[in-house]
Amino acid sequence: MKLITAVIRPFKVDDVRDALQRVGVHGMTVTEVKGYGRQKGHTEVYRGAEYVVNFVPKAKIEIVVASEHVDEACQAIREAAKTDKIGDGKIFVTLIEAALRIRTGETDDDAL
Amino acid sequence: MRRLLVLGCAFAATLAPACAQEPGIDPADTGFMIASTALVLMMTIPGLALFYAGMVRRKNLLATMAQSVAATVIVSLLWFALGYSLAFSGDGAWIGGFSRAFLTGMGVDTVSPLAKTIPEMLFAAYQMTFAVITVALVGGAVADRLKFGAFAIFSLFWLFIVYVPSAHWVWGGGFLQSLGLIDFAGGTVVHINAGVAGLVAALMLGKRQGFGRENLAPFDLSLAVVGTGLLWVGWFGFNGGSALSAGSRAVFAIVATHLSACTGAAVWSAIEWTHRGKPSVLGMISGAVAGLGTITPASGFVLPWQAVLIGAAAGALCYFASTTVKARLGYDDSLDVFGVHGVGGVLGTLLAGVFATAAVSESAAGPGVSGLWEGDVRQFAVQVVGVVVTVAWCAFGTWVALKATSAIVALRVSGDEEREGLDVSQHGEAMGV
Repeated sequence: MKLITAVIRPFKVDDVRDALQRVGVHGMTVTEVKGYGRQKGHTEVYRGAEYVVNFVPKAKIEIVVASEHVDEACQAIREAAKTDKIGDGKIFVTLIEAALRIRTGETDDDAL
Repeated sequence: MRRLLVLGCAFAATLAPACAQEPGIDPADTGFMIASTALVLMMTIPGLALFYAGMVRRKNLLATMAQSVAATVIVSLLWFALGYSLAFSGDGAWIGGFSRAFLTGMGVDTVSPLAKTIPEMLFAAYQMTFAVITVALVGGAVADRLKFGAFAIFSLFWLFIVYVPSAHWVWGGGFLQSLGLIDFAGGTVVHINAGVAGLVAALMLGKRQGFGRENLAPFDLSLAVVGTGLLWVGWFGFNGGSALSAGSRAVFAIVATHLSACTGAAVWSAIEWTHRGKPSVLGMISGAVAGLGTITPASGFVLPWQAVLIGAAAGALCYFASTTVKARLGYDDSLDVFGVHGVGGVLGTLLAGVFATAAVSESAAGPGVSGLWEGDVRQFAVQVVGVVVTVAWCAFGTWVALKATSAIVALRVSGDEEREGLDVSQHGEAMGV
């Protein structure tokens, strides 16, 4: 099992969800986050007081998939979230040791 | 209406000699002034409360509104107790008398010599709303760090040390009025006083934590836009009502007020657009308020085209005062009470002495007032004296009021309280998380 964490543009969340559903991923966690990478923020001016806002709003999605589906899921996210401009985001993959569905008690791949 | 009354009197003169007496309370004037009183009260709550609250950070939003509410409550009661009497009764050059203390000494048919066609009780109520908004305006300069208790106590001292004498000098028969100072609705009494007091308070309290380093951006400017709309409409009662009767002079004042607000907003925005690349919403509303504050002393004395020029001057001067000049001097007037109201008040009081046009202010009671452009140099000199006296007394009086307050309670919240925000630390409440 692998955890896929993707930080993407907020307006791409729906496209990514549709793409993941097409490859059989039926669940995700989405968080509104702020951060910076290569994309620059913007400057705000209030009566001459200038504030540089470095942190750009992004959406962080988290999904856990069986190890054999990782590449497929990552490709789906990448294709759906891409605009070819700086600021499209990143995808990270980490190993998951165990999973447990609270309602039924199923474990690991059965719990996904 | 009045002309009909006069004709009626002429016709009936032989039959009823009583008609030769003073006209007494006029229903149209009274109705207009009741509406104006309500409009000016609306300027403070919710107008100023929203305008100011929209410019602070979320953690200080309620505390900023609390200042406007507290000013309304405290100043109104003090006005009832002694404020009105000391400002508007008696004929002393420096301060009024006690004959109207606790709003006594007035019957239902009593009129003030300063407003002969409306009940004196209405005149007292109308003037009360001016005192309220002036005190509330001061708080904006020290928003985000003034202790609420200190604001409440300061309101008391400042009202009696600065506002009441100033109102008496300019409007209540005091020495500036005798000298001939023209201040239609409060360039000196309201705007210079609020602006200078704000500057002195900002200097005495020191800067906000993180000023110049952290992001102190407003949480919700849309509130400030709504507040500006309420101030703008309320200003028709503020300046129009200062005619104290429902006549042409009130109409001229209202038109001048509106035009100045429009040019103030247009010029501030145009400069900012050129200077900073974008016309900010905060810039538009700041320019409008600058235009409104600046035309205040001149409205009721000037023609529409002159109001357009005054508004343009306000937009330009207040823009630079609140941005470039403030940044260079390095003081932290949180909501630019000095840059907008102080500078606008000085500018408007002086420009009233430049543009005053006799035809606008002449009446049956006497000739109108001419400014520089109609050749009256003395009027302009009187305006300069009015500005200097008001600035000097207000700076000194505000210093005294703050010193007196700080002998009772700390002026500034603690560092931790400031970080946590004044909503929680002063009022035990918070905006939705």
